[in-house]
Amino acid sequence: MRNLSEKETGSSQALEQFANSLGWFSIALGLAEVFAPRALAKFIGVKEQPILLPALGLREITSGVGILTQGGPAGWLWSRVAGDAIDLGLLATAYMSDACEDEDRIEAAAAAVAGVTAADLVCAVMLSRAEGNRGKQISQTITVGRTPEELYGFWRRLDNLPRIMRYLESVRPIGDNRSHWIARGPAGADVEWDAEITDDLPNELIAWRSLPGADVENSGQVHFQRAPGGRGTIVRVEMEYRPPAGGLGAMVAKLFGRAPEQEIQIDLYRFKQIMETGQVTTTEGQPAGRPTSTSPMYDGGTTRG
Amino acid sequence: MKANCWYDKHDMRVEEVPDPKVLDPRDAIIKITSTAICGSDLHIYNGFIPTMEKGDIVGHEFMGEVVEVGANVKNLSVGDRVVVPFPISCGNCFFCQRGLFSCCENSNPNAAMAEQMYGHAPCGIFGYSHMLGGFAGGQAEYARVPFADVGPIKIESNLTDDQVLFLSDIFPTGYMAAENCGIQPGDTIAVWGCGPVGLFAINSAYLLGAERVIAIDRFPERLRMASDKAKAETINYEEKDVFDTLKEMTGGRGPDACIDAVGMEGHAHGAVHVYDRVKQAMMSETGRPIALREAIIACRKGGTVSVPGVYGGILDKIPFGAVVNKALTIKSGQTHVQRYMRPLLERIQRGDIDPSYIITHHMPLDQAPEGYRIFCEKEDECIKVVLKP
Ligand SMILES: NC(=O)c1ccc[n+]([C@@H]2O[C@H](COP(=O)([O-])OP(=O)(O)OC[C@H]3O[C@@H](n4cnc5c(N)ncnc54)[C@H](O)[C@@H]3O)[C@@H](O)[C@H]2O)c1
Ligand SMILES: [Zn+2]
Ligand SMILES: [Zn+2]
Repeated sequence: MRNLSEKETGSSQALEQFANSLGWFSIALGLAEVFAPRALAKFIGVKEQPILLPALGLREITSGVGILTQGGPAGWLWSRVAGDAIDLGLLATAYMSDACEDEDRIEAAAAAVAGVTAADLVCAVMLSRAEGNRGKQISQTITVGRTPEELYGFWRRLDNLPRIMRYLESVRPIGDNRSHWIARGPAGADVEWDAEITDDLPNELIAWRSLPGADVENSGQVHFQRAPGGRGTIVRVEMEYRPPAGGLGAMVAKLFGRAPEQEIQIDLYRFKQIMETGQVTTTEGQPAGRPTSTSPMYDGGTTRG
Repeated sequence: MKANCWYDKHDMRVEEVPDPKVLDPRDAIIKITSTAICGSDLHIYNGFIPTMEKGDIVGHEFMGEVVEVGANVKNLSVGDRVVVPFPISCGNCFFCQRGLFSCCENSNPNAAMAEQMYGHAPCGIFGYSHMLGGFAGGQAEYARVPFADVGPIKIESNLTDDQVLFLSDIFPTGYMAAENCGIQPGDTIAVWGCGPVGLFAINSAYLLGAERVIAIDRFPERLRMASDKAKAETINYEEKDVFDTLKEMTGGRGPDACIDAVGMEGHAHGAVHVYDRVKQAMMSETGRPIALREAIIACRKGGTVSVPGVYGGILDKIPFGAVVNKALTIKSGQTHVQRYMRPLLERIQRGDIDPSYIITHHMPLDQAPEGYRIFCEKEDECIKVVLKP
């Protein structure tokens, strides 16, 4: 996988600083709401709110700590955006109700919150984009009651993979350790790429990466390791992919689901089912007392690859 | 075909739905001749089981005649009479091979969903929510049985449906509950709940060598069945304090093992009941573990609390200090039915027990919603409903 260019690294640092300053702002405001609710109420021109303000404060502190300490600050920033919306709503209610002590001050507070909302929004959008562009790394593991030889044998025949990975239409070997992959996109649009096997240790490991020009740059490896006590084989998949920007990126995101880790995990469940039971367990096509045979909410888990 | 479908809390309807088909080579299709309503179905009926969808076909205690088999089902042929176990189990995985069929790793296509809640997913179960696989159930004219080469047991003798139907769930469930008590000669076992599971737990405790069994409930007809048919001593918890009475009856020591055959919809009077009902309604606890609390407190030191009663989520005010300080063992689980079907069928054939004694109502499948209602309300002295498609 390509490393992030210097330019990208520079701008992502600036973005991180922007996010961090919003994080510290969250914590400062939160502390004020928790420990000085009276003074703050007076400052923004509403009646004392002995319960509401400290509660809002805890929310602010959580968002702030999340932004500063957790991986993926975008999610926490979005929590700030949501929190800002609540604050604006509360200020509006206060403005129109008898909790209103000083209209001018509330207006000023609302303007301040609106300003912060805009800052939060800009930062959240930019960060979400940046997180999307960064390569995603996934790893999942499962124990299968078969020998490494059997499991390697199935996986090495790459055209078997669509049986366990439901977003794949086909994988076709094209010689020279290379293969052509077609993934089903939403609304019949396909995503295609060529890949090559970069490492191949029989019964132990297969590593691959997409060739230049792929819509979705991706690379990965699968290890097969004999489990202790004769209890089958531990299979570990590590993958990294970088979805393209723009519409195709959104499509790819949809392809891999909202949680790619879980998607790969379900692939491994299907792999285990095929290797241990000879089939993929399904409910697709069974009857029910509703027009569609199974609930669309759960079909994801039951559709055959 | 006709099938009993869930639509909402207290809203079951028998609807016309498509016939099931063989979807996998290890499937069989069964024409159902008898199907029962279980205490577990009441948890669905009362809206306590998450991930149900409108139109889901319910029911997991059923038997019938094989009408179609998939290419890889070699042990069954069309025309065979079979009882189907409620857990769906592959027979191949780590857990199935150790006899832990309800822990099967391969039969729940929605395992990822159950993992969010439990860390690891249980097996698929017929007609018991999408988290447990979303499989269509057996309160219907036909059912698709996955892994039919592992689960169903053939009935070749001329025992009636009523005598063998409960091999599908509640007889093995009562049996496993008693087995989990590790019964020694001379033991006294206390059983909370005299529903079908409690009654079979009483029978099984005796089969496994218990000296005394004490049964607890409040419905006179159920207590009567426990004493007359299952030979238990009984306590009506509306008349007597359970803990004091058990202590008195066991010379102060407490029962050697306690079985909670009540589960998440336990009943109590007064403040305790209000407390649990409110918490359950607010979703801050998902069960009313009244029997479980009592069982833990009543059990003798070093004893076992066996929990066949179903709990789905998070419980409140469990006296875990008593578990530690009295050195108790807790055992539970969805029943590994496949493990018990053959030995228990042999017991029925030998005449050790005739499980049909618990049936109070036979009804046509069409009247399933009414069956649920009277079983839930314990109306008309209802103990067990068997539906005939
Ligand atoms: N583990 C399994 O695999 C498995 C299988 C089948 C059923 N179950 C569970 O077993 C439980 C019982 O099933 P059932 O079919 O016998 O149901 P049921 O509703 O007929 O019986 C429950 C009985 O418990 C009694 N009860 C309620 N509160 C009580 C209390 N505080 N003290 C004493 N008794 C009390 C009720 O009066 C009733 O008679 C349910 O939770 C069911 O889900 C578990
Ligand atoms: Zn049951
Ligand atoms: Zn299994």
